[in-house]
Amino acid sequence: MAGVPLLLTTALVWLPALLSVVLSFASWPGIGGVENIHWVGLQNYRNILTIYPPFQPAVEHNLIWLVVFFCVPAPVGLFLATQLDKQMRGSRLYQSVLFLPVVLSLALIGFMTELIFSPTQGLLNNLTGHARGSSVVDWLGDPHLNIWAVLLMACWRQTGYVMIMYLAGLKSVDPSLKEAAALDGAGGRQTFRHVVWPALRPINVVVLVITVIESLRAFDIVYVINRGTNGLELLSVLVTDNIVGEASRIGFGSALATILLVISMAFVIPYLFSTFRKEERG
Amino acid sequence: MSVTRRGLLRGALLGAGAIALPSALTACGSSSGSGGSAGGAAGKTVSFGSNAAVPQPKGAYQSLFAQAQRETGLTVDVNWVDHNTFQQNITTYLQGNPQDVFNWFAGERMEFFAGQGLLHDVDEVWAGIGGNYTEAMKAQSKGPDGHYYFVPFDYYPWAVYYSRSLWQAKGYTEPTTWDEYIALARRMKRDGLIPIAFTDKDGWPAMGTFDYLNMRINGFDFHVELMRKGDRWNSPQVKAVFDQWAQLIPFYSPGFMGLTWQEGAQQILNKQAGMMVLGLDQIGTVFTGDKAADLGFFAFPEINPKYGQDAVEAPIDGFMMSHSPRNHDGAVRLLQYLGTARAQQTWLGSNPADIATADGVDASKYTQAQADSVKLIQKAAHISQFMDRDTRPDFADPVMLPAIQQFLNHPKDAASIIASIDKQATSIWAGNG
Repeated sequence: MAGVPLLLTTALVWLPALLSVVLSFASWPGIGGVENIHWVGLQNYRNILTIYPPFQPAVEHNLIWLVVFFCVPAPVGLFLATQLDKQMRGSRLYQSVLFLPVVLSLALIGFMTELIFSPTQGLLNNLTGHARGSSVVDWLGDPHLNIWAVLLMACWRQTGYVMIMYLAGLKSVDPSLKEAAALDGAGGRQTFRHVVWPALRPINVVVLVITVIESLRAFDIVYVINRGTNGLELLSVLVTDNIVGEASRIGFGSALATILLVISMAFVIPYLFSTFRKEERG
Repeated sequence: MSVTRRGLLRGALLGAGAIALPSALTACGSSSGSGGSAGGAAGKTVSFGSNAAVPQPKGAYQSLFAQAQRETGLTVDVNWVDHNTFQQNITTYLQGNPQDVFNWFAGERMEFFAGQGLLHDVDEVWAGIGGNYTEAMKAQSKGPDGHYYFVPFDYYPWAVYYSRSLWQAKGYTEPTTWDEYIALARRMKRDGLIPIAFTDKDGWPAMGTFDYLNMRINGFDFHVELMRKGDRWNSPQVKAVFDQWAQLIPFYSPGFMGLTWQEGAQQILNKQAGMMVLGLDQIGTVFTGDKAADLGFFAFPEINPKYGQDAVEAPIDGFMMSHSPRNHDGAVRLLQYLGTARAQQTWLGSNPADIATADGVDASKYTQAQADSVKLIQKAAHISQFMDRDTRPDFADPVMLPAIQQFLNHPKDAASIIASIDKQATSIWAGNG
């Protein structure tokens, strides 16, 4: 039965990925048949690296996204999960409140970002008195600010996501282990470090993987705000801009997609190695 | 062959891993072809792909098509699609199973698809409606091969808009030259107003200002050549446009890079701002009801006396026929009807933000701004179509939109920005996609 998933991944994932790598060496407007494809070698890659201004900021922003997702939602999510796991009063309510943003679509979070951060009509500037005259703080239009406004909203959602993962993990930790640790005289911190944390190992891997995936596939929020321009560039947006549209640069967009694929590989390959090594051992 | 092509396209998209191709459009195309070739009643149905899914234009089109049925006996079977979705998918749409007739735009945007062989010419339609149109309109409806591919329906000018009551209270008068324009802006600033409402979060609204500056400084012919050939971006002429533009930036709305055009138009409506370069199609939807009479405008001021104010930016919307319509004769008859002043009048009844393209529309039903727009456009020696309609689609948005935003953030970097535009333009015009 293993053949079915293999067939599906090959047909739906690997074959298209391979085709876009092939197309990245072509110049093609997406009109007419394959005979209209011109092979141009590395030209698209050369153009991306030399004369395509949005490329560098897009790579930077994807990396910032990744670092921020590692540093903020992952530890905060873990912290919230351990607090909620203590069964304090109203923990279900807190849990729902913190999990709520995960249910919202990222496009909707994009609209909320506009409502909060719009320079003249947004909540933030109106509350702080920065909505009029020369004191306007341009949260959405200043390329040094807008990425942070967007990341704040993205983290808000991601934290809830990570929290629910860890909460599920914590619930599966055998309570008798914790009791045993307590009987041996371990404090709360020691119990966490030596008993709970090792038990959370499989969840850590899941959190690691979703953190990487969510930061590399980030798209919706910035696309809703300004279609990913002016300080909100991301690789996924550049791929879309070049491939989807009135006249497409399929080859150029495919080259950008291939670069995104290579960046993903930098995270996927070490993960695969560690998984396979474990299987061999086991 | 087209199956291979689409398979490849989807493959590329899936490979990108970030996006799902909105293929609903193509799917709709094949399902609504009820105008079969079986003759009889079926020959009376024309399928229509519309980009007007939102209530306001949709309602106007519905009453128009109801009237078309009464007058021509043709049933119009419409596939309503969201405006941006329609635009994004047009290439896939035209290569799939498009409707017989569909909404589109004049200019390079029409010529591009005509040149790719994705359209049916509408010479037969023009044999019937030619008398309704000016020479300028005819020229905007032809492809490079001399055949007609487009039936114009409505259009609107870009100009400098203001609130009449605010201007009356402050005693401002319409400037006609650059110096008067700047002097007025200074005076507005002293009066505590935002002199020029300007907004560019969406990127495209700034293109109108570029077009006007370029046409006023370098003339219409230079502008169109620049847009169509893309080979003179790194030139002193284009540098002059950006230098002139830099003079305006200090007068713009605070935080303009984070504002939408709706927010800018509100600044005019609320009398916070003095003037704004925009299209009637946009600001006319903000100045509605009894506010409509308060909307005034003047032509973008003269910069180089050699060209004066001879060009007007006036994007034309209309219809095209897909390459192999199921009901060709019905499509021709429908387009001939849509090309009449009568049909356009019906549609305009509910739209204060556009004007008709055909001659002979009852102007007494126009608002003041609509009537003035007709005069402005008729006086013009040249009509441009807006940057994203006058140049290649793979150049306007992917290259010019971010480049202009970059300039507005860093006006001093104009020289390096146009050098970068030039390199990208060279590579785009040299390649085929």
